[in-house]
Amino acid sequence: MLSFISKRLAVALLVCLTVSALSFGLMFLSGDPAIAIAGSGGRAEDAEAVRIAYGFDRPLIVQYLDWIGSALTGNLGQSIYFNVPVTEIIGNRVGVTLTLGFVSFIVALVIAVPLGVAAALRPNGWIDRLALVIAVSGQAIPSFWLGLMAIVVFGVWYGMVPISGADTWRGYILPVIVLSYYAIPELMRITRSGMIDVLATEYVRAAKAKGLPMHLVISRHALRNAVLPLVSLAAVQLGQLLSGSIVIESVFALNGLGRLAWESLLRSDLPVMQAIILILSLLYVVLTTLADILNAVLDPRLRGAS
Amino acid sequence: MMLDIRNLRVLIPTDRGILNAVRGVDLQIAKGETLCLVGESGCGKSLTATSIMGLLPRYAKVTSDRFQMAGQDLTTRTDGKLAKLRGRDVAMIFQDPTSALNPTLTIGRQLTEGVVRHEKLSRKDADTRAIEMLDRVGIANPAARLTQYPHGFSGGQRQRIMIASALMGRPGLLIADEPTTALDVTIQAQILALLGELQSDLGLSLLLITHDLGVVAAIADDVAVMYAGRIAERAPAADLFAAPRHPYTQGLLAAIPVPGVTPRGSELPAIPGRVPGLIGTMQGCVFRDRCALAGPGCINDPVPRVDTGPGHFVECVKAAEVAA
Amino acid sequence: MSEVTMETARPSLWRKMRGNTGALIGGTLLAGIILIALLAPLLAPHDPIAQDLTRRLLPPFWHDRSVPEHLLGTDHLGRDYLSRLIYGARVSLGVGLGVILVSGAIGITLGLLAGYFGGWIDMVISFAITTRLSLPIVLVALAAVALGGASLITLITVLGLLLWDRFAVVTRAAAQSLRHQEFIMGLRAIGASRTRILFLEILPNMRATILVVVSLEVANVILLEAALSFLGLGVRPPTPSWGLMISEGRDNILFDPWLIALPGSALCLLVLAVNLFGDGLRDITGPARK
Repeated sequence: MLSFISKRLAVALLVCLTVSALSFGLMFLSGDPAIAIAGSGGRAEDAEAVRIAYGFDRPLIVQYLDWIGSALTGNLGQSIYFNVPVTEIIGNRVGVTLTLGFVSFIVALVIAVPLGVAAALRPNGWIDRLALVIAVSGQAIPSFWLGLMAIVVFGVWYGMVPISGADTWRGYILPVIVLSYYAIPELMRITRSGMIDVLATEYVRAAKAKGLPMHLVISRHALRNAVLPLVSLAAVQLGQLLSGSIVIESVFALNGLGRLAWESLLRSDLPVMQAIILILSLLYVVLTTLADILNAVLDPRLRGAS
Repeated sequence: MMLDIRNLRVLIPTDRGILNAVRGVDLQIAKGETLCLVGESGCGKSLTATSIMGLLPRYAKVTSDRFQMAGQDLTTRTDGKLAKLRGRDVAMIFQDPTSALNPTLTIGRQLTEGVVRHEKLSRKDADTRAIEMLDRVGIANPAARLTQYPHGFSGGQRQRIMIASALMGRPGLLIADEPTTALDVTIQAQILALLGELQSDLGLSLLLITHDLGVVAAIADDVAVMYAGRIAERAPAADLFAAPRHPYTQGLLAAIPVPGVTPRGSELPAIPGRVPGLIGTMQGCVFRDRCALAGPGCINDPVPRVDTGPGHFVECVKAAEVAA
Repeated sequence: MSEVTMETARPSLWRKMRGNTGALIGGTLLAGIILIALLAPLLAPHDPIAQDLTRRLLPPFWHDRSVPEHLLGTDHLGRDYLSRLIYGARVSLGVGLGVILVSGAIGITLGLLAGYFGGWIDMVISFAITTRLSLPIVLVALAAVALGGASLITLITVLGLLLWDRFAVVTRAAAQSLRHQEFIMGLRAIGASRTRILFLEILPNMRATILVVVSLEVANVILLEAALSFLGLGVRPPTPSWGLMISEGRDNILFDPWLIALPGSALCLLVLAVNLFGDGLRDITGPARK
């Protein structure tokens, strides 16, 4: 078990390094970052000044190491637009994104998993058909469109929720609903198909043959195995919820990380952009590594010889 | 009688019509007796076993004129009554020991969960019995192995574990669905020997499903030969091998090469034709299209059951003619 | 021998529905939309980018204020909505197809190499896949497009470079299982070259699997492009993209909700069609799964 974890961590570390290099490299996509910052209509001297001030004239590798080094000490540079440390700006906004992401995730799980299990227990029953409808519609409806329509219907016509902002918890209701509606289909499908596969196995039949009541068969035997493919997917979904909220944040005017990233892009505030991509990527790596470890905990076969 | 079933029928609705999988099967097994249910793939033997345990999906229709098991009358088949017997008075072991054990639970857990629930045993007592059982079935160092997972055992060992698990509740009847098919020949022999021992030690009745006549010869007291959803012939094992009466049984036995008797290089006689589909009903004898003795009486008339000796009956029009 | 098994007994509704009926409905819908896109110049009553500021925000035909020349009304710049919707199909399908070609080419090649050769090639490519999976694609795509330029080509290239992972994963798995099959060993034994084996023997055997991935990914791409255009960093005005139209109509949704309802419904319809078709394909070509 230990060797498994350490191997996974080693890979994760390597991925983090690669991702950091990629995030760093993003700055240079436009060619000359000095020009991007100074503005393409500016004078050459301004660009030169920027170049020196930010150290763009140094060799790439030095810049990268410098950036990484600072990042490790918690210094992600200075926002060009706001002129305050990047960490400060991010700190202000990260709460919204985390709340939105986690709450949506939990809501999605709470709905998708029982729905998937219920659908699997009675294939072709009304729950199964309902699940089918939810899955199909959830995958076809663009989330931003759903958000806008929801705002019109529930915010304007019926006045049930505020139409923008997250000052109160009410402001989170619609965004959470929309985000989880987007996450539910895949989670539900994988639970359902995992459950169906497991219910057809011999060991479930053997458990029934032992005279165990259905609820025990499901909770002790079936769920444990059906949940395995779900864990990896759930981790990926959580990652996507945390970073994909950019669209929802924009629709609902929430001041989260995603919206910050978008604004920074429009303002060419590259250090902020870089930092956000780096943070989200690291988050993904952490989530997937945790998911793999959780998988090994749940499935003894993955741990190697017993 | 440990098991007494008359006229068992299993109907399964499918896209293409109603599948008459089991068409009126009678089974009786006395206490301590081994009955082997033999037949090719698709004859309905596994479904018979599964339906006895009540483990078919809900859209399958199971009916019988009489159904008594372990002293209980289950003719009006409510799932509840049958469920009470599972794991206690009647147990089942399956063909593939690898897939019949839950990979994510320790074998100790899988062995004890039944009795913990049914007999309200404490964990400690249940573990003690489990260790005793594992020892009985020949697993070395049982106490240490309780906390291990199925993937740490070999195929033969897993089958032994499954047997131990089935016997934990001290059932009177054990149903074994092709228990040796997935195992190597040498292991097969060991498992069969084990079953034989346990049976005489515990006074178990055994219903063993198989397609392998070698297994039958090794372990059966009585044999029932199944074809297309019906029992074609039933006899004590010795009688069946010595003097089979049904043309199907005769064909099966003729196809087995006997060392020293079957001439080398000769072609083994196969039964011509194929097993008929089980959708819908069929008039007359199901075997007639493949039977060398088939005559006009076999086409439309219901097939009589003829008693040809003590404990020996055969369903054949020709046998009736011979007897008459 | 008719083997009586539980699986053959009663196919589930999901399978039946998403099998032939799904593929049929989805396929027809999809074909219809493709046709509309191809015939856009013939079908669209007006030029989609022609503005007429005297006729801004006219409602569609079910309103009293509507005008017969503009069946589905006009947007805030007086451009005919029906025409923009029709041409929008071109954008969605075009970008979808373009991205799939790029990402498919990359992903399939990588997957083939990783699955067939194994060893360190597999390690490197798998590492690349893991790294790619760790990137928040919407953000990276946004950044890349913002910094790299506003053209359609850039958009397609960027998305293509980001979305190859599922192709790679699936192809890799398929190549791994095919590699061990006996006919491949037979080919090696008679001296067939590796390239030949890879592209002429293994690849054709994966057609069905690849087709399924294509249908899944196309839906993803369409939605991604719509989202990016909605955020202003995808397709640029005045090109009519459905996502862009939703964003443009946003300021007026209170009074003129059709401005977002129509393009949104179009998106739903297209994605639904692709999903149904893809699911149906998967059920038809794949092994018996539910």
